[in-house]
Parts: sequence; C-alpha cells; structure tokens
Amino acid sequence: MVTTSIEPTPDVAPRPPVQTTRHGGWGARIFLLIMSAIFLIPVYWLVVTAFKTPTDLAQASPSWFPRSWRWANFSDAFRAFPFGRFFINSVIITALTVIGTVISNMIVAYGFACLEWRGRDKVFYIVIATIFLPSAITLIPVFDLWGWLHLVNTWFPLIVPSFLGSAFFVFLLRQFMLQIPRDLLDAARIEGASEARVLWQIVAPISRPALAVIAIFSALGAWNDFLGPLIYLQDQKLQTLAIGLQYLRQTQPDKITTNLLMAASLMVILPVVIMFFLFQRYFIRGITLGGVK
Amino acid sequence: MATTSVKKRAPWTRKDRAALGKALLFLSPWILGTLAFTVFPLVYSIVISFARYTGLSGIKWLGVQNYTRLFSDPLLGKSALNTMWYGVFAVPIGLVIALLLALAMNRRVREVAVYRTILYLPSLIPIFAFSFIFVVLLNPGYGIINKFLSAFGVATQNYLGDPVGAKGVIIGMAQFAAGNAALIFLAGLNNVPETLYDAAKVDGANAFRRFRSITLPLLSPVILFNAINGINAALQVFIPAYIITNGGPNNSTLFYLFYLYKNAFSYAQLGYASAMAVILFLVGIALALLVFGLSRRYVHYGLEV
Repeated sequence: MVTTSIEPTPDVAPRPPVQTTRHGGWGARIFLLIMSAIFLIPVYWLVVTAFKTPTDLAQASPSWFPRSWRWANFSDAFRAFPFGRFFINSVIITALTVIGTVISNMIVAYGFACLEWRGRDKVFYIVIATIFLPSAITLIPVFDLWGWLHLVNTWFPLIVPSFLGSAFFVFLLRQFMLQIPRDLLDAARIEGASEARVLWQIVAPISRPALAVIAIFSALGAWNDFLGPLIYLQDQKLQTLAIGLQYLRQTQPDKITTNLLMAASLMVILPVVIMFFLFQRYFIRGITLGGVK
Repeated sequence: MATTSVKKRAPWTRKDRAALGKALLFLSPWILGTLAFTVFPLVYSIVISFARYTGLSGIKWLGVQNYTRLFSDPLLGKSALNTMWYGVFAVPIGLVIALLLALAMNRRVREVAVYRTILYLPSLIPIFAFSFIFVVLLNPGYGIINKFLSAFGVATQNYLGDPVGAKGVIIGMAQFAAGNAALIFLAGLNNVPETLYDAAKVDGANAFRRFRSITLPLLSPVILFNAINGINAALQVFIPAYIITNGGPNNSTLFYLFYLYKNAFSYAQLGYASAMAVILFLVGIALALLVFGLSRRYVHYGLEV
C-alpha cells in the first residue's frame, strides 16, 4: 500500500532521482514567497511580542520591531507561571508516552508482520478500521473508566494508553517490517533464537527509521495535547504547559500580560522547533507515509 | 495465506494453535487497548445515551428521551450548524491551498527545502499556543492584522466580537496547518511519472489540460485521503474556540464537540452528551461513506497504461 519506501533494507529499490525536466517557474516562486511570508507572520509576531516591553505594547500603533528588546520577559514569565513545574510535567509525560509508544507498537507490529498465523490478515482489517474511530465517542466512556479505577487527576490516563498500542502506528510499522526479508528472520529461528530475540536483535535495529518516525509523532502529540490534560488533570501541580498557561491566562489576566504569555508560549514551542530541525527528514517521511496509497 | 490445496477451511492443527498462541502474546497490548479504548467506549456510549447519568449517582433509564431532546435543543442545532459552516468553508479552502502549495513546490524551484520548512512550521505549533498568538494578532490595539488591513483602507475592528468575524477567524487560523496536507500532496505528485507529461506535451496538451487529465486523476487517492482527514478534523473542531472565543460571541463559535464537552464535563449530563457523541459518530460514518461513494466515480487507483 505504502509506495514511498523508507529504505529499511538495501534490496528495496531506491527512489528514482529527482526529475529535472521541469524548472522552477517564476510564478511558482512568487506564490511560494508570498505564502511563506504569510505563514511566517504568526511565528514572527510571537517572537517579537515576546521581547516587547509593556509600554511598547501599549502604543496606539503596533510596531514591527520591539523598540527595545526585553529579555527579562522570559525570567518574568518563569515567575508569573509555575513554568518550571509545568515544563517538567510535560517532559515526563512526553518521555513516558514515547517509551510506551515505541515498545508497544513494535511488539504488536511484529505480531502482524513477522509471525505467520491463521486469520492474521482478517484481524489486521480490524486494526485499520479502528484508525478512523473519532475520539469524541470514546471521550466519556474512557473518562468513566479511569474514574472507576480512581485514577482521574493522575497522569495514568495520559500515559497508559500509549503502552497499549495505537492502530495508526501499528499500521505504519507493519508496512515497514513487511519489507524485511523473511530469510533473515528464519535463519535466526533455525539457529534457535526465540521470537523475542528475533524482534529485539534483528527487527528492532532494522526498523529504527520507522521507530524514529512514530517516536517523533507521539512526542509531538503528547507535548501538544490539550484535551487530555484538560479533562483529566485538576491539581495545578500536575498540569502540563498546555493547560497551565490557559488556566492562568483565564484566572489571572492582569498578572499574565501579553508579552509574558508570548514569552512563555515561545518557550513551549522552542523544544518542538529544535526537534523539527534536528529530525526534519523523519518528520517529512512520517507525514507522507500515511497519506500515500 | 499459503493454502496449496482446494479446501479452504482446513481444520486447525496443533501447529496452527501454537502459532496463534505465540501471536496472541505479541498482540496482547493491542487487544487490551482495543477492548478498553475502542470496543468498550462504543458499547458504553450507546448504552448510557439512553439514560440520565451524572457520573456520580446511579443511572436512570430514559429510553430515547435524550435523542428526542436533541431535536428540541436550540443550542444543539446552533452548534451543529456552526460546525457545518466551519466544515463547508475550512475543508475545501484547506484542500485548495494545500494543493496549490504542493503544485508550486513541485515546480522544482531550487530553494524548495526552505519553503517546505517554513510552510510546515505553523503545523508544529500546538493549537493552544497558536490560539494565543491569534488573540494577540487580532487585538484591535496592538495586533498586526488591523494595522495591515488599515493600509488598504479597512477600518479597525474587533473581529472576535462579531459572530461572522469570529467564525472566519477560526476558519482562517485552521489554514495555517495547510503545510501538512501540502507535503502529503507533494509526495503524491512525486509519484506521477514524468513521461506522462512529456507524452502529453508531444500531443499538444496545454498546462491546464495536463493538470486536468494527468495530475488530478493520479492524485485523486491522495485528495480523498486529505479530504477525509479534513472532514474528520472539522467535525471535531473545538480547542481554538475554547481558547480564543470561549464559544462566543452569541454562541457563534460553540461548535458541536465544544457543546458536547460542556454537557459532559461542565453540566454533568453524561447521558445526553453520549447521545450527542453517538450522533456525531453516525454523521462521521455517513460523510465518510458519502465521500468514498463519490470517490468511486473519480478516484483512480494505480496506472492502467
């Protein structure tokens, strides 16, 4: 199904080289320049506002540049919010989510890709069907479920599901693992390796590019999650950045000035942007993997 | 499925059972997850949609009362209409912008990697932070949008204070996520063989004709994918309205999922909210089937040359 290969093994045909028959028209370039400028405005305004002074913000006419760059906004934001607390909470939840996602989906995908058993393809249709289940219908029952377990207002509802696999990630990993040559696995089995060992010592290392894709996307999802913490976390000391900032913005609008809110937002976004620049090729692979038939 | 003989349903051998047992071990996280977070929620939503249930006290059975109430609840009608208007504008506009961006990037402009990065950048920003930024951008005092538009003679106004304006802002904000769909389109465009265009050129087809007869049909599965993604997202639009407008002004941005959330977690009407969820689920399936049905006429899978 997925035709863009993510090169797991040498015997997968490389992509044809980029065609060069069509050259960039100026029309396309101008359109891209204009759109890029528009797409940069929110990010630009975020950065600029994060450095502005309160008097600068009070000016009748907004300025494209801060009249003076106020670095103290960041330390002030740190004090105005329990920023360090929220940040650490977000980091812990994200890290555990990534660990759970990588381990659980790797194991489940192995069961669908590398083991032969009767009914496998039919059961896999169930996986595909559940990809399209809207989260809205699960909202209330899952909330009740955690309530019965007395785990509302803890991090368990946010982390535990990642340890139980995700249909979409299982799908992605399975497609990747199917490209691993059977002979490689069978050779190890003949030499007496258990399935767990085949998974850990052969399949996992080969699948590293695909595992990186799901790690990155689960990290992004956990870091940016709003609805989960909104529903499950009530204690302020448990809050993540997403809800913490919104809560304080609503309850203390006079204390949380615009420049401080932007400075705090910038600090929330920065780790994601850094991760994007470090792992850009994995990002692009991950986005295009799901969409190409 | 390597069945060599004609008999399709061979009896389960001991070896089959052993293989299944081993597989179940590997599948167990997914089985547990699917039971807890898919099967149970589906059944439970349907069950309590027929009851009055606050989450604390017991369940009181109401029959179809929650469903009949849906039809007489003016706020429900309003939230459904708000969501519909959002989807009618946001989904097609989003598809067109993403497709145009992908087509432009596919023109092999040399610095395409720069555009790709910039255009994807807003997709990285969490929706709550992006909403904060928009509140600032739109501020009538220090926001840049009013300043920019005033250069073209548009009077300064508070867009968030106006029902149509507020909805427009949330639709407009959603377009900044176009980079994501654009990259999916771009990958699809990369799979269109160059030779087809060359052959069409030889036959004298102009650019528009080539787009209509080659690009569009070959891209149709990707368009279908992005369309279904877009519809799904539109049905569940919620967070920007929660942060930017809190549903106002005059409930003009009270979207369906927002109202569902309020019923469930602010008013403790879990039974009624579940009825809303069941309806949303059915509408989602109906729309997906509709799109798939339409697509069967237009979507081409694979090259038949």
